[in-house]
Amino acid sequence: MFPYIPNTKQDEEKMLDFIGKSSIDDLFEDIPKSIALNRSLNLDHPLSEVEVSKKVSTMANKNISTDEYPCFLGAGAYDHYIPSIVPRLMFRSEFYTSYTPYQPEINQGTLQVIFEFQTMIANLTGMDVSNASLYDGPTATAEAALIALDKQKGNTIVVSKSVHPETRRILKTYMDCKDVQVKEIDIKDGATDLEQLKSTINKDTLGVIVQNPNFFGVIEDYTDAVELAHNNKALMIMNVDPISLGILKTPGEYGADIAVGEGQSLGNPLNFGGPYLGFMAVKKSLMRKMPGRIVGQSEDHEGNRAFTLTLQAREQHIRREKAISNICSNQALNALAATIYMATLGKKGLKEVAMQSSQKAHYTYRELLKTGKFKEVYNKPFFKEFVFETSMDIDQLNNKLLEKGIIGGFNIEKAYPNRKNQILFCVTEKRTKEEIDNLVNVLEVIL
Amino acid sequence: MKNYDKLIFEISREDRIGYTLPKWEDDNTQDIPQELLRQESLVLPEVSENQIVRHYTALSQKNYGVDIGFYPLGSCTMKYNPKINEDMAGLPKFTALHPYQSEDNIQGALELMYNLSDSLCEITGMDAISLQPAAGAHGELTGLMLIKAYHKKRGDLKRTKIIVPDSAHGTNPASAHVAGFDVVEVKSDENGAVDLESLRAALNDEIAGLMLTNPSTLGLFEKNIEEIASLIHEAGGLLYYDGANMNAIMGKARPGDMGFDVVHLNLHKTFSTPHGGGGPGSGPVGVKKSLMEFLPLPIIEKKEDRFLLNYDYPDSIGKVKSFYGNFGVLVRAYTYILTMGGEGLERASEMAVLNANYMQERLREHYYLPVEDICKHEFVLGGLGQPLSGVSTLDITKRMIDYGYHPPTMYFPLIIHEALMIEPTETESLENLEEFIQVMIKISEEARENPELLKNAPNNTAIKRIDEVKAARHPVLKWEAAE
Repeated sequence: MFPYIPNTKQDEEKMLDFIGKSSIDDLFEDIPKSIALNRSLNLDHPLSEVEVSKKVSTMANKNISTDEYPCFLGAGAYDHYIPSIVPRLMFRSEFYTSYTPYQPEINQGTLQVIFEFQTMIANLTGMDVSNASLYDGPTATAEAALIALDKQKGNTIVVSKSVHPETRRILKTYMDCKDVQVKEIDIKDGATDLEQLKSTINKDTLGVIVQNPNFFGVIEDYTDAVELAHNNKALMIMNVDPISLGILKTPGEYGADIAVGEGQSLGNPLNFGGPYLGFMAVKKSLMRKMPGRIVGQSEDHEGNRAFTLTLQAREQHIRREKAISNICSNQALNALAATIYMATLGKKGLKEVAMQSSQKAHYTYRELLKTGKFKEVYNKPFFKEFVFETSMDIDQLNNKLLEKGIIGGFNIEKAYPNRKNQILFCVTEKRTKEEIDNLVNVLEVIL
Repeated sequence: MKNYDKLIFEISREDRIGYTLPKWEDDNTQDIPQELLRQESLVLPEVSENQIVRHYTALSQKNYGVDIGFYPLGSCTMKYNPKINEDMAGLPKFTALHPYQSEDNIQGALELMYNLSDSLCEITGMDAISLQPAAGAHGELTGLMLIKAYHKKRGDLKRTKIIVPDSAHGTNPASAHVAGFDVVEVKSDENGAVDLESLRAALNDEIAGLMLTNPSTLGLFEKNIEEIASLIHEAGGLLYYDGANMNAIMGKARPGDMGFDVVHLNLHKTFSTPHGGGGPGSGPVGVKKSLMEFLPLPIIEKKEDRFLLNYDYPDSIGKVKSFYGNFGVLVRAYTYILTMGGEGLERASEMAVLNANYMQERLREHYYLPVEDICKHEFVLGGLGQPLSGVSTLDITKRMIDYGYHPPTMYFPLIIHEALMIEPTETESLENLEEFIQVMIKISEEARENPELLKNAPNNTAIKRIDEVKAARHPVLKWEAAE
């Protein structure tokens, strides 16, 4: 017997009898003998809950997590504080054991949550409308490029090398399928080289993709880039850190056409890289090109406010091979976490998280400079991350930090192979002054 | 209970807060130039913590999940989501693990992923698996990219078309399109199976592959699968397996043995991970040896007793997802496989199929059953059939809501008129099935005697039938403060 299968032997016999079959095997007689698996699956025997728990926990215990050691590692996944009510509410089983709200009358909960999420993301990014979430920030960026492809004739997407390396790799995988050329713009002093951007964008350019703050934590000014894109009828796609929008100029304020980003920071744990959520918000003119689920407000037959999936004519299950995107399941539960997070932090809290992250990062920056063991790589405004160069190999440096109970920064060489001894530090509001001072002291000794 | 109908923004009041943050003494420093800062005010709610708890608790109560009751949503495999899975996925040494930590720090996570891949290879009969895709459709896209890379590597550049049966999931043709293929649709025969003549006629040297679900979307095993596989392979194409219906055949047959070259699975269907109100899912992709070199990066490998992430595969299609996939979902699926073991998985498929056949046999007198055959894990009804065309499948499903059930999938597959697709899964008891059957029989009687009951349904919910046309014609996609 198995704990999740309630049918008894007696039930089984009764049912077989009703169907007019003598054995379970008869129900599988439609599988040709030549391809049937005539042996048991070569897997372990079932384990009891105690055994399962021990086995999986033993594996987990081989990891060293940010729960134990303070983390100065970011690079696209961030250790921000998650209020207790986020997991408490998101793991109410009415939410997590339901599916896409195809039957709106009994899924108003999920539908309203998505409507609130869409509102919050639109407000945060300064855009007109948002969808219900995508897989993650990088694939959301690739989906934005698919919108650009659908918009007009042309064969090029332009992307700055200051965009996260994984985002660019994923973009390239998607664009290769469409035989679209991806042109990468070099970095000059930590920001997108505007001269090169100017000489690269032309009538064949469908979209321009940038990131703010960029991969190195630098806050770029995209005013000119937006104008360049629009002069050439290309869509401006901005990938943003949602936390940063508590204080930084929004994609909407820059005049971007599409805002995308990684929403993990909004109440979702690091989880070794997933599940996270991608978000996308667009100008109204692109509303019907947006991929994925969208929830709209309507009324029921008695005039009560009600929510439902809408604009489904865009989606794969209706448009099939004519759809711009193939996405079906998205990251609804992660979007729920983000919604509760944004409701909890709210107007003031999100700004304060952004401010504190930035202030603590700047404090760390100054303290590390004082040691004389680091030199700054860029002299540019930054948000919560910054790049330093030092005299030691960064993997070696991080190993030494780990011995002292600290999770160090990202080794830039891993993404930009010709750049040795450069480290990307990240400081969130979660880091205390003691942790930062300790990092500084330890590094002073190591180097 | 009172019907709570507020949006979070509508209970917001200036100066309420729901959070606390530590003090930071450096408070007045402003290191960022003014022109880079946000000018527009940020419209987010201002609510206290206890209000937020009540608000989202009230919303949760407006939802229907597997933990509440029977959820026979065909093709979605809404089976029970075991609670131990949640506990394992919630271990802090998993949830607080940063994806870029050094390989020494993440050995446990890599081991789990390595073991899960191994198990999934055994279940599907494939040679290697990538756990990276985030959902079924993402798995399809990844699989098609692999097929494209395979032909390209062989210099076979003419192959620009993918065959998709007209009974396929909508994601199949959409994924083929996003992967840069043209779609050739082939007709199904009267039983919803691939029509071999149509298939032969569609085959030529421009065909890159065929996407197939087996059992089909009608819940029937594709008996000609070997012939289909050899036709495709002789024509130089590859065979793609949409694993949405894998819950029917675990331990009974394997796509790898049927001749499939690429497979995707839906861990949120077959392997019991929660659907989350529409995700996160996970859509691992398995391949035969001939396609291994193209798998997305990184590949998890084991050298002696150490696990590592290998990025050194020059012919890989690249990356399709940030980091390594939906890891939290992988922990749940792995926990499920450990609990069930090989025997349990096979038993799950047996009971899923028995439950479906029992329901089909019980309902065939009362509803129109378009194809008479043993089904696998699900079956498709054609509503009440022609004589009662005044009552639609939509009406029937809305009436089920009155009786406290989540309705089955409706109007899919497209090849069946007024389709009603029922998938009970193995986690329902005979008593539950019987209760639902009684309700369906009652509804079929009501359709004859009092059709208005169905047409006005649902009658017992706080929210009645929703005007979807209005929602689409005048889209209101966000809340805005009253002027």
